[in-house]
Amino acid sequence: MEMTSLILIAAISGGTSLLFAVLGGILNEKAGVINLGTEGIMLIGAVMSAIVFLQTQNLLITFLVMLGATGILGFLHAFLCITLRANQIVSGLAVTLFGSGLSAYIGKSVAGAPIPVSIPKIKLTFLDSIPLLSVFANLDIFIWSSMIVSIVLYLYMYKTSWGLHLKAVGDNPSTSDAMGISVIAFRYFHVVIGSMFMGCAGFYLIMAYSPNWIEGMTSGRGWIAIALIIFARWNPIYALFGAYFFGGLDSLGFRMQIYDLNIPSYFLKMIPYIATIIVLMFIGWKNRSKPSIKPKSLGNPYFREQRY
Amino acid sequence: MSQKSSSEPLSVDIRNDNNRSRFFPLKIEFDPHRKTGGWWVPILSIIVALLFCAIFIVINGMNPITVYAKMLVGAFGSSFGISETIVKAIPLLLCGLGVAVAYKISIWNIGAEGQFILGAIGATAVTIFFPNMPGALYIPLMMVGGAAAGAIWGLFTAVPRTHFQVNELITSLMLNYVALLLLDYLVYGPWRDPQGFNFPGTPEFTPYQMLASIGGTRLHFGLVFAILAVVFFAFFLAKTRWGYELRILGANPIAAQNAGIKISKHILIVMMISGGLAGFAGAIEVSGVAGRLMYGISPGYGYTAIIVAWLAKLNPWAMIVTSLFIGGLIVGGYSVQTIGLPSSFSSMLQGAILFCLISGEMLNKYRLKRVN
Repeated sequence: MEMTSLILIAAISGGTSLLFAVLGGILNEKAGVINLGTEGIMLIGAVMSAIVFLQTQNLLITFLVMLGATGILGFLHAFLCITLRANQIVSGLAVTLFGSGLSAYIGKSVAGAPIPVSIPKIKLTFLDSIPLLSVFANLDIFIWSSMIVSIVLYLYMYKTSWGLHLKAVGDNPSTSDAMGISVIAFRYFHVVIGSMFMGCAGFYLIMAYSPNWIEGMTSGRGWIAIALIIFARWNPIYALFGAYFFGGLDSLGFRMQIYDLNIPSYFLKMIPYIATIIVLMFIGWKNRSKPSIKPKSLGNPYFREQRY
Repeated sequence: MSQKSSSEPLSVDIRNDNNRSRFFPLKIEFDPHRKTGGWWVPILSIIVALLFCAIFIVINGMNPITVYAKMLVGAFGSSFGISETIVKAIPLLLCGLGVAVAYKISIWNIGAEGQFILGAIGATAVTIFFPNMPGALYIPLMMVGGAAAGAIWGLFTAVPRTHFQVNELITSLMLNYVALLLLDYLVYGPWRDPQGFNFPGTPEFTPYQMLASIGGTRLHFGLVFAILAVVFFAFFLAKTRWGYELRILGANPIAAQNAGIKISKHILIVMMISGGLAGFAGAIEVSGVAGRLMYGISPGYGYTAIIVAWLAKLNPWAMIVTSLFIGGLIVGGYSVQTIGLPSSFSSMLQGAILFCLISGEMLNKYRLKRVN
């Protein structure tokens, strides 16, 4: 295969875990809840997948247990932010700190153990001969499902009445409450489901991307995903491309080492982090005079009896 | 409304569920304006977090009481333990002050880790680039170099925020990873000790480049600097015009803006102070404890400092206590490694404490009220 295809494949497989995390983040933020626990939830998702898979060798059970564990963590965040009305930023930081501590604690026994997993792949042999589309000829099912999920989420958010309710809850909760939408239930639901998506990000990371558990193996991907939410303008389809763009940057470091450039690998590994900052600065500069498009009540707890 | 009996006033919100109050003469009321609770909230949340983490100790097949007792003895049970705890508390206190000043005006600096590393690098750069200075100059210049490097690293977070509306959370965290990679590059690459048998670190500092130790222990003069920093911090916040503006900005940014206080100027200054304090901590760490710049110079002090600051409710004096407590938790975490518990147990405990702390503060706003 020629170089462009290789880079594209690397971008897609590197971007898939980011994509799941971004989609989860979008669901959270659309409902008006900032979830900075992405990094911690991804780590818990990854470590639970590693532990359960090494015990059971069953992909489905692993997946379900992972969903349960990350759902609980998401529920905790939701409880703090929605019911107790705590500061969402501090709560998210607590999730991340707790998640990285807990994952290191329970992952001690499986650290470094290779995970003998083979993810089923979908072979589309007829694409092999077409130049650019040959990229899609041999992708695993999680990549395909991540693409489908982002399209489904797009349809859900923009083409269904539930999606409209979601937008209303995130923009103006008191009006949606007056309309008869249960703000609390909507927020809980989307925070928990969104956290499960973040868990899927960790699941993909450890099952397909680098199959052995290392402490702190997400190395900032959760935070890049949070930045990508802004980059994607809270739109799942943009998130798809944004994730692949950053996935490509992530693997660029590895690729460039092949060419034996005189750049130390440490600097190549900095690329995704610095690129995140630069991209955000560019977006900020471009939109400097436009009104913000983020959900309007993002970060504000809803309190029905609030007097203004 | 028609379902309700006519004797009840119409203005009552039906969803407030008045029927329930007949069975329970108490109702839960939420008061968002209530001030957060007193000193007992942190204490209680620490206890709840300890109980919560006990579950995981039991899962690991150990007795929680034994583990906690061992941690306590390890951290505070001997003069060695106490001095180790204070050694850990010094960088935590300085970084905690750094993040607290930013949190005062809702600037979420979580980049203390990177600023700490840059401070360590800055202090070491002084020793590397000026190997033949008069000895007495080293310590002051290293401290200044470290603080300056940290402050500049803080500016990298502040400028995108003030001029490009970039969320400082993301920037500061991304810069942590950049700082970590820069450190790795330096200690594995150009700054590595040629006589160090491939140890990833710079050559050891000369005695002139080391902070004097106190009483023959690992305790060093950084302690004095840290206490002084607390005093200055408290003074500036309470007694100067700058501190006053900062407090107004924290309490009500819109009112502050209307009063002519420039937010972006304050963000730049605050992030420089925040980064400078963390960088100062890094400089103290290399010249007081490590004696060289080396791989993994910070075991996550920058992140732990967030908990130190919140546990103290951003109060500089209280941070002396909380940094000692968290320092003890880290040292205690090391001591339980001998009985087979991973040292990451203490970082899990820290996260749990933060959880309980914020929920405790919010729960404190609820009141049980008698319904008449």
